[in-house]
Amino acid sequence: METGNRPAPRLLTGNEAVAHAAIDAGVRFFAGYPITPSSEIAESLSVMLPKVGGVFIQMEDEIAAMSAVIGAAIAGAKALTATSGPGFSLKQEAIGFACVTEVPCVIANVMRGGPSTGLPTLPAQGDVMQARWGTHGDHPAVALCPERVSEAYTLTLRAFDLSERLRTPVILLMDEVIGHVTEKALLVPPDPAALPDLRAPVSPPAEYRPYRYSGQVPPPLVPFGRGYRYHVTGLLHDETGFPSNDTRNADRQVRWLMDKVEQNRRLLTDFELVDVEDADVLLFAYGASARSAKAALRIARSQGRKVGLFRPRTIWPFPYGELAAAAHNVRAVVPIEMNLGQLSQEVSLAVCGKVPVKPLFKVGGEPVAPDEVLSFLEGV
Amino acid sequence: MREVPYESYLRTSRIPHIWCPGCGHGIALKAMVRAIDQLGWKHDEIAMVSGIGCSGRAPGYVDFNTLHTTHGRAIAFATGLKLANPSLKVIVVTGDGDGIAIGGNHLIHAARRNLDINVVLFNNYIYGMTGGQVSPTTPLGCTATTAPFGNYEHPFNIAELVAAAGGNFVARGTVYQPVELERLLVKAFEKKGFSFVEAMSPCPTAYGRRNKLKGPVAMMYDLKERSVPLAKARNLDEAELEGKIVTGVLLDRDKEEYIEIYRKLTARMGGA
Repeated sequence: METGNRPAPRLLTGNEAVAHAAIDAGVRFFAGYPITPSSEIAESLSVMLPKVGGVFIQMEDEIAAMSAVIGAAIAGAKALTATSGPGFSLKQEAIGFACVTEVPCVIANVMRGGPSTGLPTLPAQGDVMQARWGTHGDHPAVALCPERVSEAYTLTLRAFDLSERLRTPVILLMDEVIGHVTEKALLVPPDPAALPDLRAPVSPPAEYRPYRYSGQVPPPLVPFGRGYRYHVTGLLHDETGFPSNDTRNADRQVRWLMDKVEQNRRLLTDFELVDVEDADVLLFAYGASARSAKAALRIARSQGRKVGLFRPRTIWPFPYGELAAAAHNVRAVVPIEMNLGQLSQEVSLAVCGKVPVKPLFKVGGEPVAPDEVLSFLEGV
Repeated sequence: MREVPYESYLRTSRIPHIWCPGCGHGIALKAMVRAIDQLGWKHDEIAMVSGIGCSGRAPGYVDFNTLHTTHGRAIAFATGLKLANPSLKVIVVTGDGDGIAIGGNHLIHAARRNLDINVVLFNNYIYGMTGGQVSPTTPLGCTATTAPFGNYEHPFNIAELVAAAGGNFVARGTVYQPVELERLLVKAFEKKGFSFVEAMSPCPTAYGRRNKLKGPVAMMYDLKERSVPLAKARNLDEAELEGKIVTGVLLDRDKEEYIEIYRKLTARMGGA
């Protein structure tokens, strides 16, 4: 839509873009704990939130930050926290609580080298499986991976939208490169009037049930304090919200949580295809690795080599069908990751033995360079 | 005693509760309901938040906005709730394991911040729901399933710890003196800023029967005999206070509350 005062491109980091997107998405609550390389998200929001009447709070630890975010979301706020690997580990129990209580919230995890304290200032993509299976028990997962600063902005906006629609925590999974790189980005804020109120009740209090284990999406989670008194618990519960030990109810609830994401794949799946039509080798990359993959692809193409790229923006749920379709006519798929083989396992599942998978992994804190991709392709 | 329409506060369909015969938690919850009724708070404006353990089940039985969170984190969840909607009256129910072991850090930081929430800690000296393991308040020498030869750790004095950490109001009562407990809860709930009430509550099932306290009645008499009002305790020395439960208002002041301070900041930044 053309408007009179179009926003001008600006120079900023991925972490700053996340903070801007949070404000533009209507986030008015942030709870965090200092951790490299995500701290600039907290620092930016400590400046921005008081100016818009929002709440910024630095909690006593990572668990408290995640818990406060869920509490704020139950009270009706759009709420964000930001962290990195060690903090992401600490937040896992509370993330599971948000999954099972179906409370919308967003967790930005700016990935650094692991395991443990690892490489605090250097990039990695080692948390992608933790984003899927970090908390215990069967649970849904939605995770988005930006490859540049402008996308850190748009995917943060999208993370809040998806989180509220599906009433589930959404993980914005950046790597340190995207968090800290400074580049030009055009931030186009959504029209505040066009942001739907997905928390508004659609039934009177007497008929309200906070859960429904069927249908396409859950009922709205009416904020506490609006006359819809109900119970929220991390125990498995029936559609009234009260705990239930009924095994059939438990089976139904857990399946619903998983189905909620599965049956909304069309809404969730998001990927970019580059030169796949005639490709005989398909690169698979996300986040900072995709930048190197794209650079290598351009050079390879200039040399007449038929290289394509599949780049998921949504990594969870994983786009199995779409990747299989893109890989249909290639002689090899090359996953490129800053880990020792995490999403490449899903790539293998997607192509199901029909196409050889030849992965390029790198750990140690240096991003994969385009030259490394090119020389790797020599052997494919 | 003043008439209170208990049925309007209870989720009667959730009764019977899970607490054992002789447990003091029902008396403590009743005192809380009576205090709420006395203050005239509306059901819709109250959020009751708990963690894990026997105390954690309290919110499920009362008809407010209720939130049963993860182990130890109720205060952190409550912090988010209160900050996102300051018009909510937020009451946290916790226990000695939930509140001062796994959740101890949140308790002292909430006291330090002086956020206007109310924490009520049911102290029964034991992890009751998991079967009687030693807790940070189990007295030295007492027996628990994980202290079969007697507890060899010193216990916390929780109310003194919280008073040292901050907050505006700290009190301790027992379920043997429910009228006094109700009076302390009214003062706590009324107080602007962080308030904390420790309610001593017997656990005959997991604690008493392993510690020569033969049944609920004996445990009630034990609470009675060991309770010392603060005014009297001031004249006793450390040896005389050994094993005693000092009751009453331990801290009552009016430090500026968290949201008041934060609102001044947002007003200065143009965000009010």
